[in-house]
Amino acid sequence: MQKKTAYSFPDEILEHVFSFIQSGKDRNAASVVCKSWYEIERWCRRKIFVGNCYAVSPTMVIRRFPDIRSIELKGKPHFADFNLVPDGWGGYVLPWISEMAGAYPWLEEIRLKRMVVTDESLELVAKSFTNLQVLVLFSCEGFSTDGLAAIAASCKNLTELDLRDSEVDDLSGHWLNHFPDTYTSLVSLNISCLGSDDVSFSALERLVGRCPNLRRLLLNREVPLDKIANLLSRAPQLIEFGTGTYAAELRSDVYSNLAEAFCNCKDLKCLSGFWDAVPAYLPVIYSVCSRLTSLNLSYAPIQNPDLTKLVSQCPSLQRMWVLDYIEDSGLEVLASSCKDLQELRVFPSDPFGEEPNVSLTEKGLVAVSSGCPKLHSVLYFCRQMSNEALVTIAQNCPNFTRFRLCLLDPKIADYRTLQPLDVGFGAIVEHCKDLRRLSLSGLLTDRVFEYIGMHAKKLEMLSVAFAGESDLALHHVLSGCESLRKLEIMNCPFGDKALLANAAKLETMRSLWMSSCSVSLGACKMLGQKMPRLNIEVMDEKGPPDSRAESDPVDKLYIYRSVAGPRFDMPPFVWTMDEDFASELS
Amino acid sequence: MSSENGKRLLETDAGCLNFEATELTLGLPGEPRVTSDGGAKLGSKRGFSETVDLKLGDNSQEVKLGHSLQEAAKSPASKTQVVGWPPVRGFAKRGKKSCKYVKVAVDGAPYLRKVDLEIYNSYQQLLTSLEDMFSCFTIRNYLNEKQIDQVNGIEYMPTYEDKDGDWMLVGDVPWQMFVESCKRLRLMKSSEAVGLGLKTAPKYSSTN
Repeated sequence: MQKKTAYSFPDEILEHVFSFIQSGKDRNAASVVCKSWYEIERWCRRKIFVGNCYAVSPTMVIRRFPDIRSIELKGKPHFADFNLVPDGWGGYVLPWISEMAGAYPWLEEIRLKRMVVTDESLELVAKSFTNLQVLVLFSCEGFSTDGLAAIAASCKNLTELDLRDSEVDDLSGHWLNHFPDTYTSLVSLNISCLGSDDVSFSALERLVGRCPNLRRLLLNREVPLDKIANLLSRAPQLIEFGTGTYAAELRSDVYSNLAEAFCNCKDLKCLSGFWDAVPAYLPVIYSVCSRLTSLNLSYAPIQNPDLTKLVSQCPSLQRMWVLDYIEDSGLEVLASSCKDLQELRVFPSDPFGEEPNVSLTEKGLVAVSSGCPKLHSVLYFCRQMSNEALVTIAQNCPNFTRFRLCLLDPKIADYRTLQPLDVGFGAIVEHCKDLRRLSLSGLLTDRVFEYIGMHAKKLEMLSVAFAGESDLALHHVLSGCESLRKLEIMNCPFGDKALLANAAKLETMRSLWMSSCSVSLGACKMLGQKMPRLNIEVMDEKGPPDSRAESDPVDKLYIYRSVAGPRFDMPPFVWTMDEDFASELS
Repeated sequence: MSSENGKRLLETDAGCLNFEATELTLGLPGEPRVTSDGGAKLGSKRGFSETVDLKLGDNSQEVKLGHSLQEAAKSPASKTQVVGWPPVRGFAKRGKKSCKYVKVAVDGAPYLRKVDLEIYNSYQQLLTSLEDMFSCFTIRNYLNEKQIDQVNGIEYMPTYEDKDGDWMLVGDVPWQMFVESCKRLRLMKSSEAVGLGLKTAPKYSSTN
């Protein structure tokens, strides 16, 4: 009798089966079934995601996966967005590019987030990857328009160039001229972050005019309003458009040209930009409003009633980003008009002001939670909150996957009862069983962390600031949140006990950030000794660890798992607490 | 911001360098300038010790402004800002006309900070904020010194690089002009600033 077994399949069949498995997680799962699956899988993996560029080395990646065509790398911790990670910390992409240049000549896609990208790196990319199609630099820094010129000149197959939120040194606006006249493949271009001298408008016009597949175009602030009509008329096939400056003196010719240009964009679904927007020119987009699924007005200083009027014309909205100028009244209109809304972000127009400048409170969010059944992702900045409102929101929206609430005064209590907001956030985690991301704020005791540990079983990322009273809080989270991958904490009274007691948990997570807490140097050293597969990085301006007392609290602590060992590109203010370090001193 | 620093500052005046020749004023345009002598001098610049005594490192985190400056300033200082809160992304200030991020270096501090000059309305607010940002740092400095009493931090002189590449003392020019021309800030140790030949702007008068 012949037994049919799984491993009697020829490799080609398995490879073909694997080609249907796109998700990295599933691929990882398949690769540990048995040795032959591991081997087959690694040869045919084409796409890789590295959530922390220091968790693994480029050499290791290349050794395991010999033929990658698409790579995504992330560098600095999330709190770098808020100025908490000092300049020079790390996240350099050059070592990766250098090694991939030789190993992956057919690389097609590079996506980087929060990494330091130099012109040298970009020049190397341009030289080494002739097949490059996608280059996304999300929140990156360290490069100039010279680097962009190199990319434009060499990457003949480029379809997507996205510089979202990056910091670029403006040296010359003429980098766009480096796209050869024969280049026509552009599909997506996001230059919204570029500064004043960075873009030669005539080069942009010519580029847009010769790329018939251009579907996404996000301009930078310096493109004046009266130039947009011309651009749009060359690209009526756009699906997503970001304006430049949306302010100008009202002129009937400019107005009517714009209105006509927008009207001709029959596929337009996403709008953004609107820097410095003035109400006079808003009606030109009315013809597209009914089709809009995504609207980003977070750079527009438009106030009510113009703002609310605009919003009321967009019944198909799924994603809305707006400033708090919308106020509670505008959010009520949003709630009644936009039944397909899935994501809402309300940003503060005056984050550092002492007094409220707008009438935006918890009521707006309650209204949207009540009126929009598909709402699952929220980022909301406001100045007051109550437990009652949070409980209502939680009951209205059990499908939340992302909930980030930022009270501008970070330790403010429930304004009605003066109680901490523990119960409110507790309701969120209890009702929203699929919650993956949560940011807390307001007056919070250890209680809320008990609720989080008890209920937030699918939570992957938690952001905490100015909350909790003791180590017990941190212990609840580390011991209870089974799916936790990223934890970032600032200004909380958390010390050594919870960390040391849950050291093993840290290896199951991508990273932990703690700044302005009470973790002692001694505890960091101990962790470094006990946990060889974690990198314990201490950042301090006060001087090297050997000059300080064991009980001294460290300024900033960044712990992440790694199979690559400690890194060697640390600046002078970062120290790794590894086994060698600890033993040198004993 | 309230402070009971007058006495403390006078104690330290003796210990720091007096730059009589580069009398600076800090304060709102048109405000009467009160020197530590008690007399009011309109539009004159004061000795540096009387202007911004950045007492970095004092644990009580109080505002350590020059005695005279406190009296001159009318507007309340802005709320103490914590780095990182509220969590708004740095360089893309929404709803604002512009933002002006400049790097701030402090002599001896390993890391740079960035501040957005647009969110402040006066020198006083900027310097208060800088004091808060760097308050933790100088503990090392006074531990390295011999018997230093807790009150004394190390004094720093705020300087900036302007559009022409020159290093100037902060406080020379009207606030708005400073915001426009400042490219980066450096808090220099007073002891190192001697004889550096920092340029000063022409004497600022209250009619500006």
